[in-house]
Amino acid sequence: MNETNSDCGCKQAVPAGSQPAESISRRNLLLKIGAGLNAVAGALVGVPLIGYAMSSFARRSKTSWISLGALAKFPEGETRLAVYRNPVSQTWDGDTAEIPCWVRRVNSESFQVFAINCTHLGCPVRWFQESRLFMCPCHGGAFYEDGSHASGPPPRGLFEYEHKVEGGELKVLGGHLPTLAEPLRKGDA
Amino acid sequence: MLRSIALWLEDRLHIAKLFQATAGHKVPQSSKSWFYVFGSGTLLCFVLQIVTGTLLAFTYVPSANEAWTSLQYLNNEAFLGWFLRAIHNWGSIFMVAIMSAHLIQTFLFGAYKYPRELTWVSGCFLFLCTLGMAFTGQILRFDQDAYWGLGIGASIMGRVPFIGAEMVHLMLGGAIIAGETLSRFFALHVFLVPGMIIALLSLHLRLVLTKGINEYPQPGRVVRKESYVAEYEEEIEKTGVPFVPNVIGKDLIFSGCLIIAIVTCALAFGPAGPSGPPNPTLIHTAPKPDFYFLPIFAALSLLPAYMETFLVLVLPVLAIAALVLLPFYSGTGEKSYRQRPMAVVVVLLALTTLGLLAYAGTFTPWSPHMEAWSDTPTPAAYLQGRSPLELQGAILMQSKQCRNCHPLNGEGGLRGPALDTVATRLTGDQLIRQVIQGSGNMPAYGKNLRPAEVTALVAFMQTLRPSHQPAARDSSKH
Repeated sequence: MNETNSDCGCKQAVPAGSQPAESISRRNLLLKIGAGLNAVAGALVGVPLIGYAMSSFARRSKTSWISLGALAKFPEGETRLAVYRNPVSQTWDGDTAEIPCWVRRVNSESFQVFAINCTHLGCPVRWFQESRLFMCPCHGGAFYEDGSHASGPPPRGLFEYEHKVEGGELKVLGGHLPTLAEPLRKGDA
Repeated sequence: MLRSIALWLEDRLHIAKLFQATAGHKVPQSSKSWFYVFGSGTLLCFVLQIVTGTLLAFTYVPSANEAWTSLQYLNNEAFLGWFLRAIHNWGSIFMVAIMSAHLIQTFLFGAYKYPRELTWVSGCFLFLCTLGMAFTGQILRFDQDAYWGLGIGASIMGRVPFIGAEMVHLMLGGAIIAGETLSRFFALHVFLVPGMIIALLSLHLRLVLTKGINEYPQPGRVVRKESYVAEYEEEIEKTGVPFVPNVIGKDLIFSGCLIIAIVTCALAFGPAGPSGPPNPTLIHTAPKPDFYFLPIFAALSLLPAYMETFLVLVLPVLAIAALVLLPFYSGTGEKSYRQRPMAVVVVLLALTTLGLLAYAGTFTPWSPHMEAWSDTPTPAAYLQGRSPLELQGAILMQSKQCRNCHPLNGEGGLRGPALDTVATRLTGDQLIRQVIQGSGNMPAYGKNLRPAEVTALVAFMQTLRPSHQPAARDSSKH
């Protein structure tokens, strides 16, 4: 009871016959054990929590090959909008799992697949068949049909998907939002 | 009976003492001013946002698949759901506006100076948190603008050196904008940022009590660390009046007007959005942020590309640092704006800049008008008396989407110069060069136009001049 009284500060007078020096050192010991125990407990809870919240620094985005459909969907010399379903989608993603991209069939063999996102700030670029330009509605960036920068603020040409033709289908390596820090192709900056 | 209940509560809760220490604390007589009502007004907006936000959460579904539908339900089916959304929207607009007024007033009145540094610092962070609420709230309205707004946010994050990719991942809660992104912004908007605001607000209000409210500044009355506190205490001692009931009257009147204004706007203008569903394959959209972020949106288009990364990543940090640290490099001296011309200039300059950028952001002259080529016809006057070749050129000007960027008779995109009088500025040769090679902000059309098409287009453009103005001529040839 002596410790309790002096702890709460409400009774300063220590009852006669007690040994203040001993009780203070005992209190200090309990305080130290208590603080140490809580530090360990805090770390046990805190480290996993921070790990969960900051998981983006640990996990890398996974990409996988996704089919954009049969080659016949893409006429030669034309650029068409294609849509694929995000390979890592959840059931509650709804429409956001449908990712659009622009497919340009240069000739029977050769393709280019561009991300929909403008390299300036990610807005959706639109293809204009007649002037053979991609135009961005946000800040007026424009790109030529091969994806190279034509005018406006974008710092580079359109982001291009890694692609391959397999079993009569066009496939792209998709699954993440392209940004300047992480374009679609390795070493493509 | 009532008296005994009151006495019992008083005995258990010490209400009189609490009142004495808070609402009833003494403030300078001079703070009884209409300029001092913005702080309580902001607080009122915040309370309103909490109440309406909580009620909205009764119905809103924070799922990428259902959020948009639940907003439609609130707008069209839930009883008074539209009104609730409208109040929450207008409450946020008024909160940002009144808070800005509070910031400007405390800045101009030198309220941030010694010994109220922390009051100012906590206020700055409250301001940033409120802008954070505005941005995250705009995302919860999970529509097209929200979806592409996230894309813009991610693109800005992607410019952070070294850890850009990780920052994008952190912001989106994954590699791409999806369900986890919305859940993340819901947690920010509903738990994390409001929690921070409540904590900062507690500090802010406690500091208002412990360090007192700023006295109405008098020109020539200089803040000195040695004497200020004693002078202030003396003023409180001599002329101080209790905040309640002596000073609160003006706050009450302002608060009442504020609520009426919010409700009036909500009734008159209704809720904001949602615009189209957040389906990324619906690319026929021109994303635009809410009002508060229009200046940034505009600046990102108007500044040269090489300054952009600096503008979006470094400048905000510098500006926030300059604002937060203000009391530490300008903590003493004159308080009154009458003796601080630079402070007035800074405020006017900032307001003018933000106002002009926001104005530009509302009609985005830098964006092509995506539909102009097909829905904005060539003015008939420009077609009369033209030769077949020139008329062919006029058709090409439409079909090749020139009008998306170039206006004729004020209609069409505004990104490029108007072509109504282009023949007075450029000769035929110069027009050919410009069309084929492009320059500056114009793409080169050399690969996309056949020589005959260029000839026709340029022939038409050479007719575009008023009859009283001569055509441009090549001085090297004459």
